[in-house]
Amino acid sequence: MNTTVMALTTRALLGRRRILLLLPMPLVLIGLTLIGVTSGSGSDGWGPLVFGGLGLAVVLPLTALIVGSSVLGLEIDDGTITHLLTKPLPRSEIVLSKLCVAWLVTTVAVGVPLAISALIAGSPALAAGLVAGALLGSLAYTALFLALSLITKRPVAVGLVYIMLWENLLVGFVDGAKVFSVQQHATTFANTIAKSPMLNDTVPVVTAMIIAAVFVAVGTVGATLRLRSFALTGEAT
Amino acid sequence: MTSVELTEVSRWYGNVVAVNDVTLTVGPGLTGLLGPNGAGKTTVLHLMAGLLAPSQGKVTVGDQSAWRNPEMYRQLGLVTERESVPGFLTAREFVLASAKLHKLPDPEAATRRALGIVEMEAAQDREISTYSKGMRQRTRVAAALVHDPKVLLLDEPFNGMDPRQRMHMMDLLHRMADEGRTILFSSHILEEVEQLSGTVQVIVSGRLAASGDYRHIRRLMTNRPHVFTISSSDDRRLATVLIGQESVSGVSMTDGSLQVHASDYGTFTRALAKLARTSDIRLTSILPADESLEKVFSYLVAT
Repeated sequence: MNTTVMALTTRALLGRRRILLLLPMPLVLIGLTLIGVTSGSGSDGWGPLVFGGLGLAVVLPLTALIVGSSVLGLEIDDGTITHLLTKPLPRSEIVLSKLCVAWLVTTVAVGVPLAISALIAGSPALAAGLVAGALLGSLAYTALFLALSLITKRPVAVGLVYIMLWENLLVGFVDGAKVFSVQQHATTFANTIAKSPMLNDTVPVVTAMIIAAVFVAVGTVGATLRLRSFALTGEAT
Repeated sequence: MTSVELTEVSRWYGNVVAVNDVTLTVGPGLTGLLGPNGAGKTTVLHLMAGLLAPSQGKVTVGDQSAWRNPEMYRQLGLVTERESVPGFLTAREFVLASAKLHKLPDPEAATRRALGIVEMEAAQDREISTYSKGMRQRTRVAAALVHDPKVLLLDEPFNGMDPRQRMHMMDLLHRMADEGRTILFSSHILEEVEQLSGTVQVIVSGRLAASGDYRHIRRLMTNRPHVFTISSSDDRRLATVLIGQESVSGVSMTDGSLQVHASDYGTFTRALAKLARTSDIRLTSILPADESLEKVFSYLVAT
């Protein structure tokens, strides 16, 4: 881990307009919770939709996608990556530092509004569970999307395909697909702590943890290997 | 003494050969990497800087392999052509970050020194996005210099600089070369290279066309007559004497001086003084008229 890389990454990430994309989703989440609570109807009705359907299934992966694909991807796009690459740093150090920043930023950006929503709904246990789910989900997602930003020129597009097609469509038809869905891992982990009827976990918690760990490992190692033989293309591209 | 070596290096992109079987050594001092646009200069520099894998051959920087070897960057600095700087940082922050990434024992002092070398202290606390092109360039040079590298590679360092900034940068490169560093800069502008350095590596269409001192290269081109401009006490009589020589292929009189085309450089230069003395003609000036880098370059690119 390298604090200079982390500091630079954080400044680059939070200093760009792109980060403003992260604001609306939490606001919608909290807004919907407020509407739900004030509507008077029981939280069993709207709760699963807001916390599971929106929070862990949409806000978490999209935030992780924006952040995870930016921490290294933006530097590759604008060419400033050469400054980092021409330093005597082990490539794993660069990847781990970047991943760490992406993980923390995503966890805060998703965990805080989720916790606030759960507290508004009157369930501290749910809040704790959701934060835990966000913590695990953020790590697995950002590791995946960080690696994608090194493998493909269009990490956001490929990431969206994974989120939309695999996690939201295929999982509905093919039961086994769940095992490889970070969304399911996060939900399972959250509900292990929250034990709330609002969350609907479908994968055994041990399986979820193991597969999530595999995702993190594959993403980190893959990104490191790619960065190790990262070839700069000419000035035209 | 650290030198950069390419041994039978080729690099291709799909079907396009960018660098074709190049073997060259760049030693301490100032060397110009010269070539028309698209000749492969940037590819060569990126290969040297370990940012590109050679498709074939070997690239070493002071006995260390350049590719996949981050440790190599302790002795190498690179200034890319692409003007990519994080604009949200100030020059000081940017150079300091480089110093820290190099894990220097005293990054603050190294930053002050590097910014001093490029004379950027006055503006060091302004954001880079507010800088002029020349200031950005100098900031990037400072960042590349902060760890006191033995080898410095610069890709088109004078692009977009005004004449004053250009002079300043030339001074800077000279100073660093005099300290025994190995400095290689690419350029497609001949005057720059001519002013800066006698030693050139000429790349044409991905191949090394020539290497060494360009005046020496010129002399090796024996198939091209050398042109001299001569003035003397009696130009017309000297012309008649010279045309009788085997080594002279043509003589012409142009406004007050003599243009002599010599087919054999060595014989001609040795014979000229003797001939003048025996004919009792005083030579007042002899200038090689086509020993400029521009001529050498145009000959190389044409052949």
